[in-house]
Amino acid sequence: MNNSLIIGQYVPGKSLVHRLDPRTKITIIFFFVFFVFFANSFWSYSILTAFAFISVLITHIPIKFILKGLTPVWFLIAFTFLLHIFITKEGTVLIEVFSLEIYTGGIIQGFAISMRFFLLILMTSLLTLTTTPIEITDAIEDMLHPLKRFKFPVHELALMMSISLRFIPTLMQETDKISKAQASRGVDFRTGPIKERVKAVVPLLIPLFVSAFKRAEELAMAMEARGYRGDAGRTKLRELKIGKIDILIYLLFILVVAGLFLTRHY
Amino acid sequence: MDITFKDVSYIYQQNTPFEHRALDQVSFHIPSGSFVAIIGHTGSGKSTLIQHLNGLVSPSKGEVTIGNFHLKPNEKPKNMKELRSQVGVVFQYPEHQLFEETVAKDIAFGPENFGVSKTEIDKRMNDIIPAVGLPKELLERSPFDLSGGQMRRVAIAGVLAVNPDILVLDEPTAGLDPRGQKEMMNMFYDMHKKEALTTVLVTHSMEDAMKYADHVLILNKGTKYMEGKPEDVFTRQDALNDVQLDVPEMVQFMNDYNKRFNTSIPFTRQSIQELAKQIQTSLKGVDNHE
Amino acid sequence: MREKLIEFRNVSFRYDEEGPWVLKNCSFSIYKNEWLAIIGHNGSGKSTIAKLMNGLLFPQEGEIIINGKLVNEETVWDVRKEVGMVFQNPDNQFVGTTVQDDVAFGMENRGFPREKMIERIDSSLKAVQMEDYRLTEPHRLSGGQKQRVAIAGVLAISPEVIILDEATAMLDPRGRHQILKTVTEVKDEHHLGLITITHDLQEVVQAERVIVMNAGEVWKEASPREIFAEKEQLQHIGLDLPFVALLASELKELDVQLTHDPMNHDELLEDLWTLHSKM
Repeated sequence: MNNSLIIGQYVPGKSLVHRLDPRTKITIIFFFVFFVFFANSFWSYSILTAFAFISVLITHIPIKFILKGLTPVWFLIAFTFLLHIFITKEGTVLIEVFSLEIYTGGIIQGFAISMRFFLLILMTSLLTLTTTPIEITDAIEDMLHPLKRFKFPVHELALMMSISLRFIPTLMQETDKISKAQASRGVDFRTGPIKERVKAVVPLLIPLFVSAFKRAEELAMAMEARGYRGDAGRTKLRELKIGKIDILIYLLFILVVAGLFLTRHY
Repeated sequence: MDITFKDVSYIYQQNTPFEHRALDQVSFHIPSGSFVAIIGHTGSGKSTLIQHLNGLVSPSKGEVTIGNFHLKPNEKPKNMKELRSQVGVVFQYPEHQLFEETVAKDIAFGPENFGVSKTEIDKRMNDIIPAVGLPKELLERSPFDLSGGQMRRVAIAGVLAVNPDILVLDEPTAGLDPRGQKEMMNMFYDMHKKEALTTVLVTHSMEDAMKYADHVLILNKGTKYMEGKPEDVFTRQDALNDVQLDVPEMVQFMNDYNKRFNTSIPFTRQSIQELAKQIQTSLKGVDNHE
Repeated sequence: MREKLIEFRNVSFRYDEEGPWVLKNCSFSIYKNEWLAIIGHNGSGKSTIAKLMNGLLFPQEGEIIINGKLVNEETVWDVRKEVGMVFQNPDNQFVGTTVQDDVAFGMENRGFPREKMIERIDSSLKAVQMEDYRLTEPHRLSGGQKQRVAIAGVLAISPEVIILDEATAMLDPRGRHQILKTVTEVKDEHHLGLITITHDLQEVVQAERVIVMNAGEVWKEASPREIFAEKEQLQHIGLDLPFVALLASELKELDVQLTHDPMNHDELLEDLWTLHSKM
């Protein structure tokens, strides 16, 4: 398994960012991403970058760990950069490599776009790094709540998400178990031509599906036995609370946004 | 085929904070044709140990020898398929590995992978189906329409159809009712005798180990805790209790009896009937002056 | 006479119209606070009984009365409050992403206020000795620990009776032992009824009463001692006997005159000792 990729991973901690209400984090990241797309000057980029890096710093997650975890993303960023360098033909010609001309505009453009890309990935991974999947689920359920009026199954969606989260490790163990059993029956998952290897997946997938269905059936029965009858009249143990720090962070973010507008107008 | 473990250690996720030593310098030798029971708690290293037997994992340290096959750290043996065709493994709840459209196809799946010819498979099928106690009518049915017990028999038939020399059984009777458990163990025992197999049974049942095994291996926290003949291992009640294992109920009772009546009826893996006779004789013979 | 908690009156059940009857004309009563074991080979109908008691299934014929209420679509939610169930597979009944979330699940469904939930999570996790695992995720627990959490989840809604539907079948001996210890403690402390559906003879021997099922019918209803006295017939319907019962029966064959049917080592030893003193 590739453990180096950190997108979607949660790193337990007790930092300020960890303790924030997940809705606060989602809201701020949403607007952050929005403003990243409107950044157009050196100063606006500086403010956004500073905000992102300060956020990372207060999570207490080692910055090296995060940057290393984004390795696959670095390639994409580098690629975007190169692409812009070669296709943008604005400003003055800086250097000429063979018949390709590189313009100053290209460098600036490439730099800006890669920076946008980087900030975007960094902030969204910060959400998953500091928030448990179940907190994110709770936040989504809460934030989608108004959609209930339009018969959108918010509660069911959230329950589905949380049960999936609960069963991911179980199904991983199961996959390991079944693939070992089939390997013992002579299936080769690792070598051979692609066609053979694709075929080798069938004896793995079918038992997995069969077992997942059986689990689903038993789980449904267990839930019913424990009195589950949908959303109506249900209370919740986990609760979301906007605290003082959340309000503080919102205020701080408004200041940042104000700063951004200043750089735009003057 | 002989099985030899020499100072075998297995470490999960080595050099990470999650490092976990599942086996720690385990050594033992199982001569060809033995029936060995491996006993230990969940997490004692049993499953890791049996995964070495057909090369699903290789030792992190030490060496495993199965017949002519050698498993060593950082070495990928080339003839893995051959090893797996000679070591059949019946995993826990083996019915979970069924996937074909019909029972016959599922049983044939293993031998086909190992290159056994169609006619040979048919021939083997004829022997195996009655041996595992399945009615022939089921061959063209979907395995998913069968009862749990029948599904398990199909899965076992699929392992046996490869004609292994070594048969590894990981709690093969889990979840069956008492009659099903007895039938299944008797079936494996008959097979063991008839085919001159080397059988490795992982079990929690001291009773089964006592009844079928001629060699017992007790694992505790990844190390070999005890090894020997069942009658020697199972009489060491204190040592077993130290690692929270029980001796078979019969041994427990005999210990209590011998203490109370100040006798010493030895445990020789006798049947309950024989024990009853010994008690009868002992009752008559015990001095009665107190 | 003790107070009746569950009553089956001529209950018959089958899974589909054309299919065979899984239960045939079953009648029996279960009393408050008693420990009842239901045994029988696989397919004898014992798990169906459990599901009928919880309104997960409804009989085609006959009626089931729980705590004075006839079980039907309307009463089923009240019935489920009285009858807590723990199933066989520890994984497939664990709904929550952490231990405390799972214990809360039943209470959430019934609209408990949050403060009460927190209180009950505390007390029921303590009762099953899992209070140190409140925030643990299910895949870091052993099967036995998961089953203890399931018991805590049932306890939290304070039912009248807990049904263990082969709840120890997938556990190792240590896990099995712990579960049995936990339920015995919990049963006494909370004055609960306990119904164990099982193959484990240890569970059967400890019960006050046993119902033996065979091919969808109630084969016998008696104390464990009386049940295990019928060696041949029990073996005939595919059931096992405890070691002590087997040894006692072999001794009787040899004309060793035991005074009663012993259920444990001490009883048998005591019997033999008396006999030996008289010789």
